[in-house]
Amino acid sequence: MTNLMTRMGLAALFAGAAAMASPASAADTIKIGSSLAITGPASFLGDPEAKTLELYVKKINEAGGVNGKQLELVVYDDGANANNARTFATRLVEDDGIVAMIGGSSTGATMAMIPVFEDAGIPFISLAGAVVIVDPVKPFVFKTPHTDKMACEKIFEDMKAKGIAKVGMISGTGGFGKSMHGQCLGVAGNYGIEIVADETYGPKDSDMTPQLTNIKSAPGLQAVVNPGFGQGPAIVTRNFKQLGFDVPLYQSHGVASKSFIELAGDAAEGVRLPASALLVAEKLPDDDPQKAVVTSYKAAYEEATGQPVSTFGGHAYDGLMMLVEAMQRAGSEDPQAIRDELEKTSGFMGTAGVVNMSPSDHLGLDLTAFRMLEIRDGDWVLAD
Amino acid sequence: MRALLAHRLAAPVAIALIVVALAFILPSNFYLRVAALVWISALAVIGLNLLMGFAGQVSLGHAGFFGLGAYAVAVLPAQFSLHPLLALLAGALVCGLIAFVVGRPILRLKGHYLAVATLGFGILIAMAIANESWLTGGPDGMPVSRLTLFGWRVRGASTWYWITGALLVLGAWLAVNLVASPTGRALRALHDSEVAARVAGVDVAHYKLIVFVISAVYASVAGSALALVNGFVTPDSANFIHSIELVTMVVLGGMGSVFGSLVGAAILVVLPQVLTTFHDYEHLLLGLMMMVIMIVLRSGIVPSLAALIRRTRP
Amino acid sequence: MPDFLQFCVSGLTVGAVYALVALGFTIIYNASDVVNFAQGEFVMIGGMTTVFITAAGVPLHFAIPAAILAAMVIGLLLHRLAIEPARGASAVTLIIITIGASIFLRGGAQIVFDKQFHSLPAFSGDTPVMIGGAAVLPQSFWVLGGAAVIVALLWFFFNRTLLGKAVLATAANRLAARLVGINTSFVVGFSFVLSAAIGAIAGILVAPITLTSYDIGALLALKGFAAAMLGGMGNPLGAIVGGLAVGLLEALGAGYISSTYKDAIAFIVILAVLFVLPGGFFGRASTERV
Repeated sequence: MTNLMTRMGLAALFAGAAAMASPASAADTIKIGSSLAITGPASFLGDPEAKTLELYVKKINEAGGVNGKQLELVVYDDGANANNARTFATRLVEDDGIVAMIGGSSTGATMAMIPVFEDAGIPFISLAGAVVIVDPVKPFVFKTPHTDKMACEKIFEDMKAKGIAKVGMISGTGGFGKSMHGQCLGVAGNYGIEIVADETYGPKDSDMTPQLTNIKSAPGLQAVVNPGFGQGPAIVTRNFKQLGFDVPLYQSHGVASKSFIELAGDAAEGVRLPASALLVAEKLPDDDPQKAVVTSYKAAYEEATGQPVSTFGGHAYDGLMMLVEAMQRAGSEDPQAIRDELEKTSGFMGTAGVVNMSPSDHLGLDLTAFRMLEIRDGDWVLAD
Repeated sequence: MRALLAHRLAAPVAIALIVVALAFILPSNFYLRVAALVWISALAVIGLNLLMGFAGQVSLGHAGFFGLGAYAVAVLPAQFSLHPLLALLAGALVCGLIAFVVGRPILRLKGHYLAVATLGFGILIAMAIANESWLTGGPDGMPVSRLTLFGWRVRGASTWYWITGALLVLGAWLAVNLVASPTGRALRALHDSEVAARVAGVDVAHYKLIVFVISAVYASVAGSALALVNGFVTPDSANFIHSIELVTMVVLGGMGSVFGSLVGAAILVVLPQVLTTFHDYEHLLLGLMMMVIMIVLRSGIVPSLAALIRRTRP
Repeated sequence: MPDFLQFCVSGLTVGAVYALVALGFTIIYNASDVVNFAQGEFVMIGGMTTVFITAAGVPLHFAIPAAILAAMVIGLLLHRLAIEPARGASAVTLIIITIGASIFLRGGAQIVFDKQFHSLPAFSGDTPVMIGGAAVLPQSFWVLGGAAVIVALLWFFFNRTLLGKAVLATAANRLAARLVGINTSFVVGFSFVLSAAIGAIAGILVAPITLTSYDIGALLALKGFAAAMLGGMGNPLGAIVGGLAVGLLEALGAGYISSTYKDAIAFIVILAVLFVLPGGFFGRASTERV
């Protein structure tokens, strides 16, 4: 009977194993892997990222592929759970046999996957925000989005120019908000900014008026900054209007999608934030070098998905295109060769800005890649 | 054969055979990793099953202990240069102590009140881990230094497969011995009827507390093992969803069945990997299968199937 | 003082939703001993269905009944297809079935709807009303008033109608209820439908304030469950008091103590209350059913 039970257990695991095994891949395709937060608390990142990758892999293949071979994309949904991401990373490397990796929507998932790709020697382009991903530099790890530190610097730069010195902060306690909060505290002094109130809210909180009430009564308050992403900032913005603040509200690049304006409604009027040029694609002057890239991505994404473009999907676009160019330059699909060429990326024009990588910089964006935007009449405009 | 099944050591021996057999069958490091995750979850589930299946007490906060164990091997070596193995033991000790201290007041509660108290307790631990970034790295987690044993760096999926597999067999063996001990008999009496047990002279509160402490230690060791295997920890390991997952594994596999703990863990760990082929329908199918299994095999997979086999072959 | 009022308004608004979820838990629990962890999913279905029906061009006052009806149908299906077939299973097995149901419904919602957050327009505009220095959204009155109306209707239903009394009789003693000719299976199914409707109404009322998405249910189930236990499981009045208390604790905790640990404050108070009153505020010593 013990044997029977053992056999049953084995049979169950085998059935699982058989179903897990992916079909043998032909030698003339290039496998690219991805693990994204397609569902779960960070799905507003992973969803557009996955759609973008699928859309552009299809487009690239229709145009003849890369180095004469077709791309094959393997995407898993890690739900922003680090342990799941780690398992999928192992699966992509060991089982799917990928040559390069794009993804990791959240910083936690990215950090958990890094050892897998470092050990396997496979280039990994992360789509997550925090600066710890590329600082210190790891040989095989790159990332495309601006860092949270840059967002803080851009916001404080704008404040300084307006003579704002006393600032209240209300931060999400999720990975993004927490990390950016720390970075902002770190660089505030460089811009003569004093944090006069410091409140937080949970990732799923539905009302932030208590926190904002406290911030409002902080003496000498001149502006409020809200590092966070997801629905939280939209609720903060609504509560901000409800309580009748008379100071400006700064959001982060974490709200850079049209859905923020829809969710926050009228309350979004006048909100300022640092973001990439993608959001104001049509409003860019014709001589802007980024205009061609952002308008074509925006048009393609919105036509394919019927949803408004977000900068998050743009990060996936940048990662994929950089990878494709690196493979073309290398003329091969050897992971080491791809990595070497990725590191040499220079003058790449992406949706996030101009990328110039180097052995000491695996991000390659500078502050000029950020534009200061303001919301007016329910749309993004370039702030002066 | 029935005698064999009924033998005290049937479950640990069966588990050991599975661990050894699968090692020769699984084709790649990915499968070895998934198997190692199953062993780790099963270890925590055996501990929780002692509490739920034998003592009849629910805990919706066991991921809290799991998370403490995971963070013990992350924080202690980083902050105090403690050897990871000592950190694992320290984590287990701390969890045992916490369980001992909070156990007495919490276990006075009954049924759903106990559930909500353990739930709240688990959430407090998870919140502390997620918010005290200076110590834990916050919501994005922190790296765990690699385990070195006698100058040898433990790494690689197959190494971890064997280590976690051995841990699981050890955990299963200790569990069946506990169940067969006088403590275990007292526990079962407690599960059947707390009043009757009390009348029969069983110090109910005492035994409940013992098993609560033991189950906390199981969860802590499992958490430490996961952190060491991953080389990275995040607060996900301590959160409410994970607590629910552990309880679900216990009930799916079968309450009061050590072997069922492995089956329950295997299903919830392996199934999502299988369901990835269904993309958007993944969660829909996972929920559907949970419902169908529980409706058809309402005592849990292992006890229900065992009863079925007993009935068909008298 | 204006700060205190502002905190209270916030706490009561959110707490009213917890209270309605807790009420849903209580109704189903009383009729069937099932702790329905899919209760939060009804809130989601109410909000999301209204959003998507109005997006299709249907006016709000038609969309709302349609969404409530949708939730009621799903509540009925949940009972007929998942709970009824498992009749007689242990309490914990039934709980796992409802957890499976909540994963299933969430998985379904992400396909039928989408994974974005959505909002509904406020029923009476967004201009805050100033009360004693506190800015109150008109929608808060809708939430609080809606919750009050639901409670009043339920009171009338349970005390003044035959069906309501049948539900109460079933809750008190199922065997006795069956002996006097009450169709207890129908009563249990009815309690699922009623809970689904209450959850859906809560989800619709609060969507203009707190927004809605396919995965808001799990957190609401958690808070609603905690609220129901704080009040005393099985007691409708306890559910209301428990829900409002949890909401107020969170808001006052965030306002006066620490916004980082506001959820912790709520749970610490719940733990403290349960240590003193192991049956919650209004719990009866004899309600243990596990």
